[in-house]
Amino acid sequence: MPQGRVLAFAESRDGALRPVAREAVTAGRELAEALGSPVDAFLLGPPGIAREAAALGAYGADRIFVAENDAFVNYAPDASLRLCAEILGRETYSAIIFPASAQGKDLAPRAAAMLDRGLATEVTGLGAEDGVPVAVRPVYAGKAIARVTFTDLPALISVRPNVFRAEKRPGEGLVESVEVAPEPSSQRVKGIETGERETLDVSEATVVVSGGRGMKGPENWAVLEDLVDALGEHATLGASRAVVDAGWRPHGEQVGQTGKVVSPTLYFAIGISGAIQHLAGMRTAKTIVAINKDPDAPIFQIADLGIVGDLFEVVPALAAEIRRVHAES
Amino acid sequence: MKSIVCIKRVPDSEARIRIAGDGRSIDPSGVKHVMNPYDEVALEEALRLKEAAGEGSVTVVSVGPEASKEILRTALAMGADEAVLLQCAGSPDGLAIARALAAEIGGRERDLVLFGKQAIDDDNMQVPAMVAELLHLPCATVVVELEIADGHVVARREVEGGHEVIEFDLPAVVSAQKGLNEPRYPSLRGIMAAKKKPLEVKEVELRESKVEILSLEEPPARESGDVVGEGAEAVPELVRRLRERALL
Ligand SMILES: Cc1cc2nc3c(=O)[nH]c(=O)nc-3n(C[C@@H](O)[C@H](O)[C@H](O)COP(=O)(O)OP(=O)(O)OC[C@H]3O[C@@H](n4cnc5c(N)ncnc54)[C@H](O)[C@@H]3O)c2cc1C
Ligand SMILES: Cc1cc2nc3c(=O)[nH]c(=O)nc-3n(C[C@H](O)[C@H](O)[C@H](O)COP(=O)(O)OP(=O)(O)OC[C@H]3O[C@@H](n4cnc5c(N)ncnc54)[C@H](O)[C@@H]3O)c2cc1C
Repeated sequence: MPQGRVLAFAESRDGALRPVAREAVTAGRELAEALGSPVDAFLLGPPGIAREAAALGAYGADRIFVAENDAFVNYAPDASLRLCAEILGRETYSAIIFPASAQGKDLAPRAAAMLDRGLATEVTGLGAEDGVPVAVRPVYAGKAIARVTFTDLPALISVRPNVFRAEKRPGEGLVESVEVAPEPSSQRVKGIETGERETLDVSEATVVVSGGRGMKGPENWAVLEDLVDALGEHATLGASRAVVDAGWRPHGEQVGQTGKVVSPTLYFAIGISGAIQHLAGMRTAKTIVAINKDPDAPIFQIADLGIVGDLFEVVPALAAEIRRVHAES
Repeated sequence: MKSIVCIKRVPDSEARIRIAGDGRSIDPSGVKHVMNPYDEVALEEALRLKEAAGEGSVTVVSVGPEASKEILRTALAMGADEAVLLQCAGSPDGLAIARALAAEIGGRERDLVLFGKQAIDDDNMQVPAMVAELLHLPCATVVVELEIADGHVVARREVEGGHEVIEFDLPAVVSAQKGLNEPRYPSLRGIMAAKKKPLEVKEVELRESKVEILSLEEPPARESGDVVGEGAEAVPELVRRLRERALL
């Protein structure tokens, strides 16, 4: 098959690059290295985004195609497809990488249908065989791992957040601006409504503190919020389905088969038994810590570290100890 | 309000998954199958829209083996008016499934085409937006709130840290996230009524897959780790171990 470049979709929101943009470029570079080809990036945003885009050069992007328009302050699926098509008209690509974020998961299948190419989603590993991308993706909620390849190029791939850690390398990218019209568009994105305070999303945080039914009631979440606070700005809250179904926590925090799939560096399961559907959402975390009063809780079978005990004693002590050691160092 | 709901037959979420002898698929023996849970949410939404409008129809469509008739009957028992099984063999990928669905849906009258946000087996989360693109319809995926008035739709979709508000006109494609509604159970009367409702079976030839499965493996086992101790006294040791791993 003809050897092509790799193209990465660099997601922006409200005129700023999102962290997953750097991850998509890093993943693209990993694949490009396996293919022996360069990696390019593309993005849309309001005027001024081109300046931010240049920073992608440090993550491996050779050329960065940017479409600026006031309308692109919000996600613009139709315009994104037009930009993608325009770039594919200029160069030959072997693969297009999207982040498996809310935007990427919406855009990648549209692109696949437009281009009539196969799409592998939520990919956790990338390589190449005979010049064709090979992607690794969990299926059956992580109960099996599939290795897939593609019959036609470019291969479309979305990469799971937090798996391909953004990594700098020496080098600079060349920013090229491309004209793309915001219209026509069959749907209009009006903007994003956030809660009282904008929190880091559980799928993108590198540290997750999840609470389950063992928390006893929504009024007790201050205990977990305090631990999140002690852990710092990269930490956020998660939840089991039991507490979401009970209405104690919003659905956006649910981790598991019918919630979000997370791959943080550190995952705390607090008062969570470890049902198979919960494990489906967090088993790829790098380190899992369980705090549960039941020594036979299944969560201990997959946890790397654990404490058997009453969470209402253990968690406040943990927050205090973390603050103590941070103050010391 | 005329809705079409696409539903998939999937292994129950509790099912133990065993890799088949070919190393590329799962062994279906002894696995209990159900309607994909998100598709129940999509179907519920279609039923409520019809009930609220006081007129219209709900058609359910599934691509799959003969055994998928079972979930179509469940859908009829929940209240759908008619069901279509696009019966196929072979190894389809998401795009092949989307093409088969688009071909069927394209020839039908419809205001709204509903999907679950994701099938809990293959977890691709791709068929809905593909169908929308193939039919040139506006689309909102992972929807948690849907308001429809005079053919205009305001949808709220789940995104990181909030809800994205998206607007478009019917006809359109929507994929349902949990929380959009609470799906009903089929009633005994519904189950009886379902027996008389039409379930059409069409043989379809699926296009070849562009995503080829090379192998399927069990995930690397996670070794169970250490319980560092009991109660609050164990906390300093836990923190020491976390620092040892450069995690704090
Ligand atoms: C025997 C066999 C061989 C396969 N071989 C391959 C292969 O070679 N390559 C490959 O990539 N995949 C293969 N698959 C899996 C593939 O067919 C997936 O089912 C397909 O990619 C759709 O993705 P998904 O089910 O994850 O759907 P998603 O995109 O996650 O589904 C979202 C929504 O789309 C709708 N939907 C999805 N599927 C159907 C359906 N069948 N009927 C009606 N509505 C539906 C539902 O509303 C669902 O909630 C194979 C499956 C089988 C059974
Ligand atoms: C189709 C389907 C999809 C599902 N999807 C999901 C999903 O996405 N995510 C999900 O999480 N679940 C999901 N579930 C539900 C899942 O099966 C479990 O019911 C759920 O995960 C249990 O939540 P839990 O661990 O918080 O509660 P429980 O199982 O009740 O566990 C509570 C734990 O807290 C401990 N505890 C109690 N008090 C204390 C204390 N004072 N100190 C310390 N520990 C204490 C107990 O020992 C127990 O282990 C799904 C189920 C189905 C059927």
